[in-house]
Amino acid sequence: MSGYLNIRNLSVSLRGGGPILRSVTLDVAAGQVHGLVGESGAGKSMIGKAVLGTLPRALQITAGEIWLDGQDLLKLSPGQRRHRIGATTALIPQDPLTALNPSRRIGPQITRRLVDILGWTKAAAEARALELLAEVDIPDPRRVMRTYPHELSGGMRQRILIASAFAAEPKLIIADEPTTALDVTVQKQILRLIAEMQARHGTALLFVTHDLGVVSKVCDSLSVLYAGKIVENARMRRFFMHPIHPYSAALLAATPTYTNPQGSLMPVPESVIETVEQEVTAHDRRWGRR
Amino acid sequence: MMYQIRDLHLSLPDMTRKPLLGPAPRINILNGLSFDVPQGAVLGIVGGSGSGKSTLGRAMLRLLEPTSGSITFDGIDITHQREAELRSMRRRFQMIFQDPMSSLNPRRRVGGIIAGPLKLHGFDNPRARVDEALDMVGLPRSFASRYPHELSGGQRQRVGIARAIALRPDFILADEIVSGLDVSSQAQVLNLLEELVRELGLTLAFISHDLSVIRRLCSRIVVLHQGKIVEEAETAALFDAPQAEYTRELMRAIPLPDPDQVWI
Repeated sequence: MSGYLNIRNLSVSLRGGGPILRSVTLDVAAGQVHGLVGESGAGKSMIGKAVLGTLPRALQITAGEIWLDGQDLLKLSPGQRRHRIGATTALIPQDPLTALNPSRRIGPQITRRLVDILGWTKAAAEARALELLAEVDIPDPRRVMRTYPHELSGGMRQRILIASAFAAEPKLIIADEPTTALDVTVQKQILRLIAEMQARHGTALLFVTHDLGVVSKVCDSLSVLYAGKIVENARMRRFFMHPIHPYSAALLAATPTYTNPQGSLMPVPESVIETVEQEVTAHDRRWGRR
Repeated sequence: MMYQIRDLHLSLPDMTRKPLLGPAPRINILNGLSFDVPQGAVLGIVGGSGSGKSTLGRAMLRLLEPTSGSITFDGIDITHQREAELRSMRRRFQMIFQDPMSSLNPRRRVGGIIAGPLKLHGFDNPRARVDEALDMVGLPRSFASRYPHELSGGQRQRVGIARAIALRPDFILADEIVSGLDVSSQAQVLNLLEELVRELGLTLAFISHDLSVIRRLCSRIVVLHQGKIVEEAETAALFDAPQAEYTRELMRAIPLPDPDQVWI
């Protein structure tokens, strides 16, 4: 197995209920960006949560392996797993406002994880935080460290979360729709920033999004999900030139583009939905509702 | 002319900088906007966050009162009309909101949500009108007895549309109504809206930050930046030769699903 993160036949279901993820298999190499796309409810965020060990209590992993740097996380004890995930991975969340504690200043929110979990000294953590805030183009980092989240714009808050994610030099970052809440001009700056930081630090990045336009700008490869099942794993360029699965092609056709107003915005056709639904049923018949 | 807007100014108190005693300083949100919305037009209003596009929409529906300038709706000056005078007009201009989850009452069934404004405006036979509205937005009539949480995002947005069109308005304002939806439901909702505009002879103002969506739907576009109109043009002209630097910046920022687009 090559690559930093390897997910093998991962299945997740509701406790005592139906499947949420169905035998998901994917790889993310060090220094690569892998996109997870699909409609809402397809389970794309759940893959990230399963890797980070933050699945909601109502869900459980029923089968499969999650290999992080040659080690199957699911074979570790909960304590070991937590430590390993904490030391090597980070999350860039979707909503920069709810991800920051409104009643604490920015500085301690970045340094706390370094001090409490990774055992850095306070001075070292602060120096690192200042360095990273400068790296994500925040003007006057010293002042920003003393501000509260409400004093900053959405774009600034997202920059802070990016700085915070890269602070401990993680090997894997999971970005869960990091620009959905931002407008297009800010989105462009933030995506550019994430791409630069990822390339400079050589981090593996799992990028959850529903926007194929964004995928074509930042990802090296991608997986398309429907009802918790991967319908297509592809290299980025090949996917946009020649999508293999009809559902992938239909998603592309539904994406609006201002350059081609007549040829875009086709809803996914019923026949395609039937095809993928049949594949999902076939999967469940073969593997049971595990 | 459905709407004539002349030198519209609107300022709101900035409560974050209000001193303990005395009035809050005012911030100018809209700075002298003038434009027309002809009968039957589909007008796109674009701009980044904080450009004033939602405030403009709310002023057009008189949910906010302008500070100066004038808004004329179908020949009637509504700029400073009092609520009692506006009441009878309100049926004629309706709004579809951005977030269907927070704009539909979670404790009422879909039927009740659509019937509410019908009863308020004294329509006879609200039940039949609810059924008819559900038919028009392509939802089964049985959905009248469901609650909003039982519906998907696209279905909820259809309920929002049904509530607006049930009143047979002349004008509808749609404020970012597809930005929370998946591409497939987005396409369905936009196609539906396009169809309804044509069939019911509606005039529509469509607020969005997404030029791709605007291009598909709108005949004319107003670009807002910092509370001012930086460009106003027919859709084709705007995309062929954008005049304002801000319009070009907005267009360049859109990530197209095309790996060869020069973007970064």
